[in-house]
Amino acid sequence: MIERSPVHSPLGRLQGVWDNPAYRWPLIFGLLALMVVAPHVLGPYATVILTNALLYVVLALGLNVVVGYAGLLDLGYAAFFAVGAYTIGIVHHVYGLDFWLTLPIAVLAAAGAGIIIGSPTLRLRSDYLAIVTLGFGEIVRFSARNLSITGGASGISGIERPWIFGWEMRSSMDFYYVFCVLAVLAVIASLRLADSRLGRAWLYVRHDEDAAEAMGIDRVKVKLAAYVIGAIYGSIAGAFFAVNLGAISPESFSFQQSVLILMAVILGGMGKVPGVILGAFIVILAPELLRDVGELRLLVFAAGLLLIMLFRPKGIWPSQGR
Amino acid sequence: MALTDLVLQQLVNGLVLGSFYALVALGYTMVFGVVKLLNFAHGEVYMVGGFAGFVVLSVVSGALGSGWTAVAFSMVLAMIGVGFLGVVIQRIAYQPMLSAPRLSILITALAVSLVLQNSILGATGGRYVPFGADLGFGGINLGNLFISHNQIILVGTAGVLMLSLELFISRTQYGRAMRAVSIDKDMCRLMGIDVNRVIAVTFFLGSGLAAAAGTMAGAYYGSLWYFMGFLIGLKAFTAAVIGGIGSIPGAMLGGLILGLLESFGTMIPGVGSAWKDVFSFSILILVLVFKPTGLLGKSEQERM
Repeated sequence: MIERSPVHSPLGRLQGVWDNPAYRWPLIFGLLALMVVAPHVLGPYATVILTNALLYVVLALGLNVVVGYAGLLDLGYAAFFAVGAYTIGIVHHVYGLDFWLTLPIAVLAAAGAGIIIGSPTLRLRSDYLAIVTLGFGEIVRFSARNLSITGGASGISGIERPWIFGWEMRSSMDFYYVFCVLAVLAVIASLRLADSRLGRAWLYVRHDEDAAEAMGIDRVKVKLAAYVIGAIYGSIAGAFFAVNLGAISPESFSFQQSVLILMAVILGGMGKVPGVILGAFIVILAPELLRDVGELRLLVFAAGLLLIMLFRPKGIWPSQGR
Repeated sequence: MALTDLVLQQLVNGLVLGSFYALVALGYTMVFGVVKLLNFAHGEVYMVGGFAGFVVLSVVSGALGSGWTAVAFSMVLAMIGVGFLGVVIQRIAYQPMLSAPRLSILITALAVSLVLQNSILGATGGRYVPFGADLGFGGINLGNLFISHNQIILVGTAGVLMLSLELFISRTQYGRAMRAVSIDKDMCRLMGIDVNRVIAVTFFLGSGLAAAAGTMAGAYYGSLWYFMGFLIGLKAFTAAVIGGIGSIPGAMLGGLILGLLESFGTMIPGVGSAWKDVFSFSILILVLVFKPTGLLGKSEQERM
């Protein structure tokens, strides 16, 4: 297969602009300004959709740590999303603990779940790991449906909105800005992680596990770190998802949800932050733009996924030089 | 009903369930043995097999009625058709990716399974489709134990299919070639074996067996659903792993063991039918963690 130089395609030029340091800061400030004014210009319906897209940005960046950085296929990522949301639903709503005190508990619960499921399985072949994560995702969903504390099939509703500095997050506009902050934090964390010592260890393990181990990298530990960090992203997204909607049910955390998040990661380009953000927006906005497709959006995405893997295996906006 | 009757009844249920799992597990294990690849789309192939059987049945039911003759005829046609689908999937999605990183091939496999699942979702609108077979309710009473004719025919058919597969692999030239390819592909090429053809035959057989299971499941349970392949795919994979992935007798054994475990698992107080699936996935995770080579599998010192 002949690889065309990316500079000549329109997207390649866009990437070039992004990679040019002279343009980068103005571009970032432009995008931030756009994020601030967008809901005022586009109206309430678009605000809800954009909030959803930003939620997916956080989730996809979290899964990107596992899939893109460490090269592990996780098919049950929605489980960590569920752990975050249900911790809020149970500890904050049922037991009445303050949201901000529950948030660290949610993070710890997800990290604990990540360690419990990851430490025995990360030694396995990568395709076994994919199946185990799938099974784990289903176990979490079935448990949420069968336990009484999680509210069974109908879930938990009437979750109280959080207060911060005497201000209650109430309207959809409030939550839009909350998710803006979360997405920006997730982007910064992801960029910092990629350049960290750990990020370089992931890169090494992803490319050659044996060589990495020979250089003194503990591959199981490094993979576990990716898994746990991904879980933390997922649980934070889940916590804010729960207070935003005020109601959660097991079906929000199905296998399709995991797949949709995975698609966001792969369509945009595994491992590169702008690509993953693009992927998250495609996954959420495409069904809005293609109204006629409706039910079949997953079919369109799946066909797209297949074509991308066959013809452009590094995604729409791939990482360069790594 | 006395406890022994209950146990015997669960034994029969477990055998029926186990036959389905074993037939689907064979496809996983054969493909894994030959190309060292986990065919993620296999559960969906089973589902498509069920729908293929349904389509054939609704065409021939005018001439053949909707009893076991018609179902058997539909099953054979579905097996052939879906067998070719398996070959097409292999050619489109797996063949070009064999030298790519493992993550890529897992993703194409996942994409294929989503394409199959969502195509059927689009065709059926997500509704349950009645299979339309009319098999009657006759059976044999042994004391308090009731075994329906359908259960006997079903387990018998599964047994015949598995026996023929075993004979095919142990006695025919293609079977010998398959065993050789699973040991050393490159050496087979040097010895003049058409490896790609052998791989295609493997996918054909595995997909055909899944289609047989899909058609029989449709006839036995009475309806089809676009999402029915997901759970059974996972469970058949569990069965293949229990038996030792790559081992053909292992897949049959694993299928029966999982079927029995599951039907007896529902008798454990606190497990019940609501926790049935959690129970099987926990078995999967435990087996993978403590004995990833399974019961009959060979130990494999391979790093991925």
